[in-house]
Amino acid sequence: MHIARKNPPLSLATRETSAMRRMLIAAALIVLLLFLFLPLAVIFREALRMGWQVYLDAIAEPYAVAAIRLTLVTAAIAVPFNLFFGIAAAWCIAKFDFRGKNLLVTLIDLPFSVSPVISGLVYVLLFGAQGWLGPWFAGHGIQIIFAVPGIVLATVFVTFPFVARELIPLMQEQGREEEEAALLLGAGGLQTFLRITLPNIKWGLLYGVLLCNARAMGEFGAVSVVSGHIRGLTNTIPLHVEILYNEYNFAAAFAVASLLTLLALVTLTAKTLLAWLYANKTGS
Amino acid sequence: MVRPRAASRPHTLPGFGLALGYTLFYLGVVVLIPLAGLVFKTFTIPWADFRAAVGAPRVMAALGLSFGAALVAAAIDVLLGLLIAWALVRYPFPGRRLADALVDLPFALPTAVAGISLTTLYSPNGWLGGFLNTLGVQIAFTRLGIVIALIFIGLPFVVRVVQPVLQDIEVEQEEVAACLGAGRLQTFLRVILPVLTPALVTGFTLAFARAVGEYGSVIFIAGNLPMVSEIAPLIIVIKLEQYDFAGATSVALVMLATAFLLLFAINVVQRRFRKRFWPA
Amino acid sequence: MWIPEVFRKVSGLLVGVALLAGGTGTFAASVLLNVSYDPTREFYQEINDAFSQHWRHLTGETVTILMSHGGSGKQARSVIDGLEADVVTLALAFDIDVIAALSGLVPADWQFRLPYNSAPYTSTIVFLVRKGNPRGIRDWDDLVRPGVAVISPNPKSSGGARWNYLAAWGYALKRWPGNDAKAEEFVGRLFGNVPVLDSGARAATMTFVQRGIGDVLLAWENEALLAVERFGGDRFEVVLPSVSILAEPCVALVEKMARKHGTEVLAQAYLEFLYTPDGQEIAARHFYRPRLEQIALRYRQRFPPLELLTVAGIAGSWRNAQTRHFADGALFDRIFQQRR
Repeated sequence: MHIARKNPPLSLATRETSAMRRMLIAAALIVLLLFLFLPLAVIFREALRMGWQVYLDAIAEPYAVAAIRLTLVTAAIAVPFNLFFGIAAAWCIAKFDFRGKNLLVTLIDLPFSVSPVISGLVYVLLFGAQGWLGPWFAGHGIQIIFAVPGIVLATVFVTFPFVARELIPLMQEQGREEEEAALLLGAGGLQTFLRITLPNIKWGLLYGVLLCNARAMGEFGAVSVVSGHIRGLTNTIPLHVEILYNEYNFAAAFAVASLLTLLALVTLTAKTLLAWLYANKTGS
Repeated sequence: MVRPRAASRPHTLPGFGLALGYTLFYLGVVVLIPLAGLVFKTFTIPWADFRAAVGAPRVMAALGLSFGAALVAAAIDVLLGLLIAWALVRYPFPGRRLADALVDLPFALPTAVAGISLTTLYSPNGWLGGFLNTLGVQIAFTRLGIVIALIFIGLPFVVRVVQPVLQDIEVEQEEVAACLGAGRLQTFLRVILPVLTPALVTGFTLAFARAVGEYGSVIFIAGNLPMVSEIAPLIIVIKLEQYDFAGATSVALVMLATAFLLLFAINVVQRRFRKRFWPA
Repeated sequence: MWIPEVFRKVSGLLVGVALLAGGTGTFAASVLLNVSYDPTREFYQEINDAFSQHWRHLTGETVTILMSHGGSGKQARSVIDGLEADVVTLALAFDIDVIAALSGLVPADWQFRLPYNSAPYTSTIVFLVRKGNPRGIRDWDDLVRPGVAVISPNPKSSGGARWNYLAAWGYALKRWPGNDAKAEEFVGRLFGNVPVLDSGARAATMTFVQRGIGDVLLAWENEALLAVERFGGDRFEVVLPSVSILAEPCVALVEKMARKHGTEVLAQAYLEFLYTPDGQEIAARHFYRPRLEQIALRYRQRFPPLELLTVAGIAGSWRNAQTRHFADGALFDRIFQQRR
């Protein structure tokens, strides 16, 4: 983007020959096509193989609707939690210096590289009937795993770093001069945050939320461990896809999967749009 | 008690205590307590049992496979990611924005859907698998299939980390190199690559860390043969299904510790170069 | 009573389910959770409809039956960890034994609480081959021929695969009586021919049918017949070996949970319904061998007689089978370590 806008230097040695250029572009596109586009195409082809009617029926089927609702509910709880956490974490990490920062950032990243299977397992260890807290909760009539709270917890865990990780570098780059100036001019802390910081980070924030949301809706491994797979009750969309697939109901499985794929695509489009708006706004 | 260290100038920004307090509280509740539960659970297992569980040939083979396949996939991701990032940053071509958006797909696509889709594509009767089969190459249900799935999962990390660095490289440096008589390849190797190296290392580590634990997209395409194509997360699942909680947590702890060390290393590298993780 | 509670709390989620169950908008009905294994999805769907009708007829009460499916071992694990099942209908007695031993939710003598060892229907292990049987697979010996690709799930994670494994072991012991070394070698060669080891029975069927991998699928008889029905008799056929195993998928009341939910009577009636002519008819229709003589007679074309060994005869007991064959470091693990 901004490289392209700079005046191209005359010397050929800072540019590739046009043949080389075309070759590199072609190679990049082939990689994208093979590794990213084809898997996408497969989903839609399989989903629509039996026609639109089957596709729509699969999505409108009561169990599918229940799964879609549960997924929406889960994301609606998990994303705001991680959003507030992300802002708080980024505020103290990016705007202040303190000992143990590396460790803190590493711990925030941890859920990202923990195997989803382990993420589910730790909640079973804690809240399972044989776990440490499970019997206590069960005694009070509260069911955590194999019920909606467990699914929400696992989702929160898996999507934990997304917003924070997006905001930390962004806020670090922006430094703290603007906020300090506002405070000097007599603005309150909250006012400074709302008027100065938030506008500065809003695009990054939105992008983080979008990724967090996409991941929250699509998580399979961790949720699978804590869900109990009760049809119509604790099945999320990805689990419903697995069930349909296991029932030899391929068209329906891919149809429901395509919903999540569409969501991913909408997320990506929104993100591209945001990046574009952001670039225009800042003029960089 | 953690206190803000004196920075270059006196601190006036408010909210440190509140923000850090909330961060630590939330981190504790969501991440640390559950993970500590896992660690303590493992400590209740006698050392001999732990060693037997992790040291069993099948488990060792699976850990080796998970780490090995992740290593190979991350290395390939570095090559492919650099190529894609280069094309996206340096060359304006029609459809570039679309291609750019496509890169994030594996971030957003549910892993199980990716697994089913990749298996459909690469199995001997799929679009690509059929073609490769005539060449005598089988991908689905072999180790190659695992690597393919992991490449898919890790690719965006490399691209997204390399892209902004590539954008920030001053063309002047390249011009100087050219003026001094360096060829294009030489300029790339001597001037551009050293600047990119930290980003490439970061991208590699991220792709690797993500790939080691990956489950959803791999089990569909792996073949799951013990000693051959059985990944470590699958071992955990199977141990759980066999009511072997101790064994499952032992293997989980090994993977968890590795993930932590990897991430800590990368954060040290990252903070040194202050590069963005998921740049917009 | 968490299920009714959750039921009300997330009643919005359940509008669809209520509609399915023919509910008229009131959620006062009884709810039953049946935790089952993978290949029974279609079967229990029909049983649930029939039983709800039967129950309404009998008591006027509307009952909603929730289903959870997964690998048999995983499902048992979930029940132990707190999945509040009223009844479990699993692939093998061992998994219910473990629930009884580890959680005490099921009485230790559960297997004597219902007729026929608490197995209302049976099945066996058969071969599914591609149409025309191009590799000429007739019996167990053909599975260990070099170059024959056999598809079976992993006995460590799949209940069905344990039946596969034990059936092969039983055949070998019948062929070389008392010669365990021979049997070990035979089963080793058989699993040496397995190119893909899925974690569940359904996944293995998918590999064979959808992906086109392998020459023969070792499967439950019901799973094989269902695959033929779903994917066409022009693509696959079933081969019965000379001898196989009597597979008894078991059902049990999860007594403590049912008591907690106040669904004991209902849950017991649900399990007993499986033994009625109606239940047996549905089982037979879904390719399970019925226990009831009159239904078995009607479906005798579908289920040809064949010599069936029992787990007790082959391995003594499930516990023995588990420690000797399937536990970590036991025979099955050694097969794959040697294979490498």
